[in-house]
Amino acid sequence: MNIEEIKTDLLKHVPGLELTVEGESFVVPKEKLLETARFLKENEKYRMDYLSCVTGVDYLAARQGQPGQAAVGGQSELASDYLESVNHLYSMEKKQGPIVLKVRVPRNNPRMPSLTPLYRGAEYQEREAYDLFGIVYEGHPDLRRILMWDEFEGHPMRKDYVEEDQDVR
Amino acid sequence: MSETALHSQEPQLLEVSIGPQHPSTHGVFRMNVVLDGETIVKLKPVMGYLHRNHEQLAENMSYLASMPYTDRLDYICSMTNNFAYATAVEKLAGIDVPERAQYIRVLMAELTRLVNHTLLVGFLLNDLGAFFTPILYAFREREKILDFFEATAGSRMMCNYFRFGGLKSDLPAGGLEQVKKIVNNYSRFLDEFERLLTNNEILRSRCQNVGILSKELAVSASITGPMLRASGVNYDIRKVDKYSIYDRFEFKVPLGKVGDVYDRYYVRILEMRESIKILQQILKQMPEKGEIISAKGAAAGKSPRMWKPPAGDAYGRIESPKGELGFYLVSDGTPKPYRYHVRPPSFINITILEDMCLGYKVADAIIILGSVDIVLGEVDR
Repeated sequence: MNIEEIKTDLLKHVPGLELTVEGESFVVPKEKLLETARFLKENEKYRMDYLSCVTGVDYLAARQGQPGQAAVGGQSELASDYLESVNHLYSMEKKQGPIVLKVRVPRNNPRMPSLTPLYRGAEYQEREAYDLFGIVYEGHPDLRRILMWDEFEGHPMRKDYVEEDQDVR
Repeated sequence: MSETALHSQEPQLLEVSIGPQHPSTHGVFRMNVVLDGETIVKLKPVMGYLHRNHEQLAENMSYLASMPYTDRLDYICSMTNNFAYATAVEKLAGIDVPERAQYIRVLMAELTRLVNHTLLVGFLLNDLGAFFTPILYAFREREKILDFFEATAGSRMMCNYFRFGGLKSDLPAGGLEQVKKIVNNYSRFLDEFERLLTNNEILRSRCQNVGILSKELAVSASITGPMLRASGVNYDIRKVDKYSIYDRFEFKVPLGKVGDVYDRYYVRILEMRESIKILQQILKQMPEKGEIISAKGAAAGKSPRMWKPPAGDAYGRIESPKGELGFYLVSDGTPKPYRYHVRPPSFINITILEDMCLGYKVADAIIILGSVDIVLGEVDR
């Protein structure tokens, strides 16, 4: 499985998909995430039945030394500051992978579709990303905080988060 | 209570909170259970009591400084935590590992697997009510391996032994003799353990056909490790990724048939026997002398606060005793990781705890949780 081959297949089978390749991973628009994942899961050739790792990353231009990622073309509001959800897909049946799908959303409105209806394994991991990054996964059956307590305010893994005892200096 | 409620035929549901301070939850873990009589109709796990934002801590220090913190994730298996983190950083920065170091790494990983599975079986029996007899046999054997860890790394449990590109130090004089002794005696211990347990009437009737996890659900819920294999799915990252030097050893991947608590117990016993086979092969093949850290890795260790991996991201994963342990790292080219994420196997393995427990009694829920094998240091991070 090389990355060009996967790209060709994705563009062929997922209509209207705009795809950017960055290193070993794909950046997918949020509207097409579910469709792309479903194709990869159900297609005979890929059978990506195992969603290994789901996590968030907060890209804040002011906090980055040399940004590892280039700005995404076509999504102007995501030029420098955005939240990213990273999904690592593997195949248990075919023993291949990974295919990495990244989704980027603006920091002030971080909503994206949930993969939980497709992969049960995303349930707690998406709750964690919601808890620590504030990414809202639409379609998640039980989106609550998981590690922090319910009354907690803010999302501690965001790069602009100020710890309680640091704000009064 | 009104007259109608007293005589109504509606079941009276009872809400019980099991934990967080309860020995059977293996740490500070809570299950909110709704009971109909003694049967579970709803179960919601509550976690986070041990949360210290490990990821945030790691993002505020140099790459190497996180190594001792990884020990505290799954505190039973510090060696494999080190292994996974070192694998991810080596992938990120393109660091190679010399041959002898690879052998010692696999040696440590397999000894850790023995430690973890032995303890798990002991604690599972504790949960079953075989109070402290099996676990003391387990502790006795574990102590011998921990003695070896102490002689090598200087610490029994918080080993902090791996470095990027190799290891902290070589084995001590007489270290391999110690391993040989452990390996030679372990099969005998397992035989003894199995005579006590495997065909035990009580163990069988308590564990068989309890907490069944189907193949399909196990795959879709991202279950990994012995729990997945007990459900009959042949997926072992040691075989699939062939990381480090696992392609040089012959070993089988034991599978369960039913996917119940008993299979989860037995798969672990069989896995220990395979680990012993790997250890025997290591003792035969291991080169007597050699570098234990590569030049590039040594450079990273020399001035850790100045060392910068190239910008980019990497996901490194290994088969830890509990399942897939992965580290996702994003580097922005500075000495601190821009993003550091742990994919803990036991956190994801309890996703389907409710599905496995529904319809069983409270006492069954305790052993189902025990057979999942969670460590709260890793679940809560």
